[in-house]
Amino acid sequence: MKLTLALAQINTHLGDVAANLEKHLALIQEAQTAGADLLVFPELSLTGYVLQDLASAVALRPTSDNPVFQRLLQASQALDLVVGFVDEDRRHRFFIAAAYLSAGELVHVHHKVYLPTYGLFDEGRFFAWGDAVHAFDTRFGRVGMLICEDFWHASPPYLLWLDGADMLLLTSASPGRGLTSGPQLESARWVEQINQAYASLFTAFVAHANRVGYEDGLHFWGGSTVYDPNGELLAKGPYDQEGITLAEIDMNQLHRTRARLPLLRDERTALVLREMNRIQADSRQFGR
Amino acid sequence: MIDLTLNTDLARTILTGFVHSEISRVGFARAVIGLSGGVDSALSCYLAAEALGPQNVLAVRMPYKSSAQDSVEHAQLVIDALGVQSLTVPITEMADPLFERFPEANPVRRGNVMARLRMIVLYDQSEAFRGLVVGTGNKTEILLGYTTLYGDAACALNPLGDLYKTQVRQLSRAIGVPEAIVAKPPSADLWLGQTDEGELGFTYAEVDQLLYLLIDQRYSPEECVAAGFAEKFVAAVVERVRRNHFKRVLPPIAKLSNRTVGYDFLYLRDWGT
Repeated sequence: MKLTLALAQINTHLGDVAANLEKHLALIQEAQTAGADLLVFPELSLTGYVLQDLASAVALRPTSDNPVFQRLLQASQALDLVVGFVDEDRRHRFFIAAAYLSAGELVHVHHKVYLPTYGLFDEGRFFAWGDAVHAFDTRFGRVGMLICEDFWHASPPYLLWLDGADMLLLTSASPGRGLTSGPQLESARWVEQINQAYASLFTAFVAHANRVGYEDGLHFWGGSTVYDPNGELLAKGPYDQEGITLAEIDMNQLHRTRARLPLLRDERTALVLREMNRIQADSRQFGR
Repeated sequence: MIDLTLNTDLARTILTGFVHSEISRVGFARAVIGLSGGVDSALSCYLAAEALGPQNVLAVRMPYKSSAQDSVEHAQLVIDALGVQSLTVPITEMADPLFERFPEANPVRRGNVMARLRMIVLYDQSEAFRGLVVGTGNKTEILLGYTTLYGDAACALNPLGDLYKTQVRQLSRAIGVPEAIVAKPPSADLWLGQTDEGELGFTYAEVDQLLYLLIDQRYSPEECVAAGFAEKFVAAVVERVRRNHFKRVLPPIAKLSNRTVGYDFLYLRDWGT
């Protein structure tokens, strides 16, 4: 099976959901015209990133009676969508979230499980921590979604792999940092390296949609990528420019790569679990 | 081991994008820059001209009667090279009545008055020209506090504030700032013969390397000494960075209510744009 995957590398208006929604709808139209089957928007694409006290004001429920999601669900009749937003749950906790929409239905919501609260980041101050990493079924096979810091940690992509995801849909609002004499920012280099590594280690497709633009002095660098199960770069968006990046995905590549390299077949999950339990029980180690 | 070299193409892209974004998103299209003849303001002017178009940049020269003649001439080199709009507003007639009232004022007081008068002129032109004031302060002087609060430190946005002085020079050369400006000894030009390095007591090349270890690489002062810097130099710079922190933050507000600006009323300046 083949599909055309599209990454929407957009700038956003900070805290202006209505303006961001209009941009989403315009890009959905553009991607549809270009023949895309699935369009992935970056982290917090409907709201902007450094929300601080705006977090509660821009929060949404991803349901058909919400006027924003009503229009996005309608648009998902034409092609599948991943959008970034602030999810307010029934208990009024606010999560950084990604929603997968298809054929007018909400298929899955992922809540960011790692909230960076160090250096320039302050997410843990304003948002609730997600508590689950689940793969889910789509018309293209089983996939998983992670948001930025989620995949700076090795365990969430690993869990999605074990849970059956053959395609990782990663989204970011990654502020650029580490300008040196090198060809790209250190943060960009790091993200590209680990994305390529995940594709190689998990013999899976790894797509990453990162935003562009500025919020105060923070600069978001774009450079969205798609890697195939061999770790080869299939497509790359430009740095610092808005636009849609298209990649032709041949799902049969999974068959070919895994015939050559059966890392998934040989993965020893029981051993991992035994060792995890032992380490978890040892109070000198990790208890989180 | 300490390498402050930059990818100047990338720096140029990010900084011109920043100037354009932070000015246009709040409904402006133009910039106002105080052009001293030195390398910092020259680079800011080049970046602004590239980001906004030279016709949308107003370079303002504000000499005092003791200003070096080559400052005015070097500023003219930038104006001519870029084709930006320009204006010369001498501050002598504004400054001298105050200096006559306080003849005992030392060079620091006089320098601060001149820097703040230039701020007044720039913000007046900001309204007249409908442009935002683009700052010219670099990371070295921000960290050392080598700047006048509400004077040259006053601006609407600061593209150079995360570049050390040596990096400002590197980017300036790459972007085409005339060599006469890049190569001359840096000076605040507040009194005759003043140079930054003479006043500070060390060179930018030295202090930039030390600041890079202290700030960017999170070295302790002891680790900087172990890395080869003189103990007294390290101690003096560490203290200078601490003592001048008040210039880098807004004045503290005494908290009384449940929600107070600065503590728990938190929004970016780009809120809603």
